[in-house]
Amino acid sequence: MMSRMLGTGQGLAHVMAEARASYAFVERNFNLVKRYFNWEVVFLFYNIINTLTIGLIGVGQDERTVLYLVIGALLWGYLSVIFFEVSQSISWERWEGTIEYTFMAPVRRLTHLLGMCLFAIAYGVIRTAIVLVAVVLFFDLSLKGANLFGALLMLLVSSVSFIGLGLVTAVLPLMSPERGSQGAHIVQGIILLVSGVYYDISVLPAWLRPLAYISPATYTLEGARLALLDGVGTLALWPYVLKVLVIGVVSIPLGLAIFSWGERHAMRTGKLKRSG
Amino acid sequence: MDKALRCLGVTKVFYEHESGGGALGFIRGLMGGVKKQVVALQDISFEVSAGEIFGVLGPNGSGKSTLIRIIATLLIPDAGEVYVFGHNVQTERLLVRRLINRVSVDAAFFKKLSALENLSYAARLYGVQGSTARARMRETLRRLGLAEEKLTVPLEDLSRGMQQKVAVARALLTEPALLLLDEPTTGLDPKSKREVQEFVLEVREKRGTTVVLTSHDMQEVDRLCDRVAILDRGRIVALDTPRGLKEKFGRPEGTLEDVFFALTGKDWEEDR
Repeated sequence: MMSRMLGTGQGLAHVMAEARASYAFVERNFNLVKRYFNWEVVFLFYNIINTLTIGLIGVGQDERTVLYLVIGALLWGYLSVIFFEVSQSISWERWEGTIEYTFMAPVRRLTHLLGMCLFAIAYGVIRTAIVLVAVVLFFDLSLKGANLFGALLMLLVSSVSFIGLGLVTAVLPLMSPERGSQGAHIVQGIILLVSGVYYDISVLPAWLRPLAYISPATYTLEGARLALLDGVGTLALWPYVLKVLVIGVVSIPLGLAIFSWGERHAMRTGKLKRSG
Repeated sequence: MDKALRCLGVTKVFYEHESGGGALGFIRGLMGGVKKQVVALQDISFEVSAGEIFGVLGPNGSGKSTLIRIIATLLIPDAGEVYVFGHNVQTERLLVRRLINRVSVDAAFFKKLSALENLSYAARLYGVQGSTARARMRETLRRLGLAEEKLTVPLEDLSRGMQQKVAVARALLTEPALLLLDEPTTGLDPKSKREVQEFVLEVREKRGTTVVLTSHDMQEVDRLCDRVAILDRGRIVALDTPRGLKEKFGRPEGTLEDVFFALTGKDWEEDR
């Protein structure tokens, strides 16, 4: 009994230590955001302007079109922040010259990556909330009858699958210091093209549509639009939630496995340093 | 008692792309390119006792940093094994990482962040409690002569010498049993160099920390190290106390430069 209690105590202490280590990445990244504050303001300003200009395309048609476009811009803004922060976490460390230091720390890779994901979600939520306020004020949009909870649920669930995709692509800068970062941008661009961010995926050429079906953004956008434009109830959103969750459940372990393989490859070939 | 460090027959080979011009080079590039084999370390074996300051002396490209990276769990050797306090660096990586820390030639920091922000990040990663970490940070930086008001300034605004002192403080924050110093004083002014060297001796004296120091500064190695391995083109060509090396390969009152010349036939300054 005593030994079991001691074991539980040790287990808890271990979890707390890992949680503290995870928080190290969150705190570090928010400190970096503070230090690059001027750039943050510029990026946020551009993000707001971008969302407004996309919404303005729909003005003169009807409010539904404006909302359709704005939902696309907002969700894409959020999901691309998550994807970018996770997929570029290695490039960023390489650029700063800290990659060896971080990888030498006595921290499980899962803890490291979890910290990066937690930051990405918190940072993405804050940025998206600011853009949302700007959009609502600018367009004087009415969300009467919209299922806000359902849309929020879609957003949170989709974070899981985008973290998975981010992890899969985070390995690229680990494998190729020179071209890995560019590779992640290409993946992000393809997701933007095929996921129906500003249009229905039915307009895509037939050969591109299979990619739309495996993109979690497709189901996130469909679900969120049903919730916000048509006020569809949360229970009725379950097929979309399920599809996004399945992609997350598959892509996160896959991403971790690929990352772990990539790390060993980098340690064998000497690519785990600043210049690679 | 386990040795602090045991390297047994460590070999590491890298493969570098050979650049070829013209159409032939382009086609070779498409097919994966031609790779040149570079032997970084060849059959390296040595042991370091607990509390010892062990020097690895060699010119640029001799394999010093590769050896440090292998001990630091950042690089997998092609052959051989490395043990830190009896733990295998490949199979017990997390355990080894808790026992070591490293200061490299380039102070690897988030340069926009202050010394305090960088150090508190390191403290969290290594599970050092906030109050303990703050006390250790201030004490080490004070001892190294870094003024209190510099602690909140972004590191990019500090001199190279100050940045390196923060790097030393970060490594000691975690109280490592084995400290890996990879050319820690390269590029420092004579005063900063002296302060870091004094501090290394003090840390060994007070905490019994084992230190592996790589350097191409002969005087530094002569002054700090109990024993020295001379590395040339990935091989250990001699290993002894500085005095022993001078007696065997130079003159007792001579320098390690004489020893290096006697062993390799190369002038030290030329090969740096």
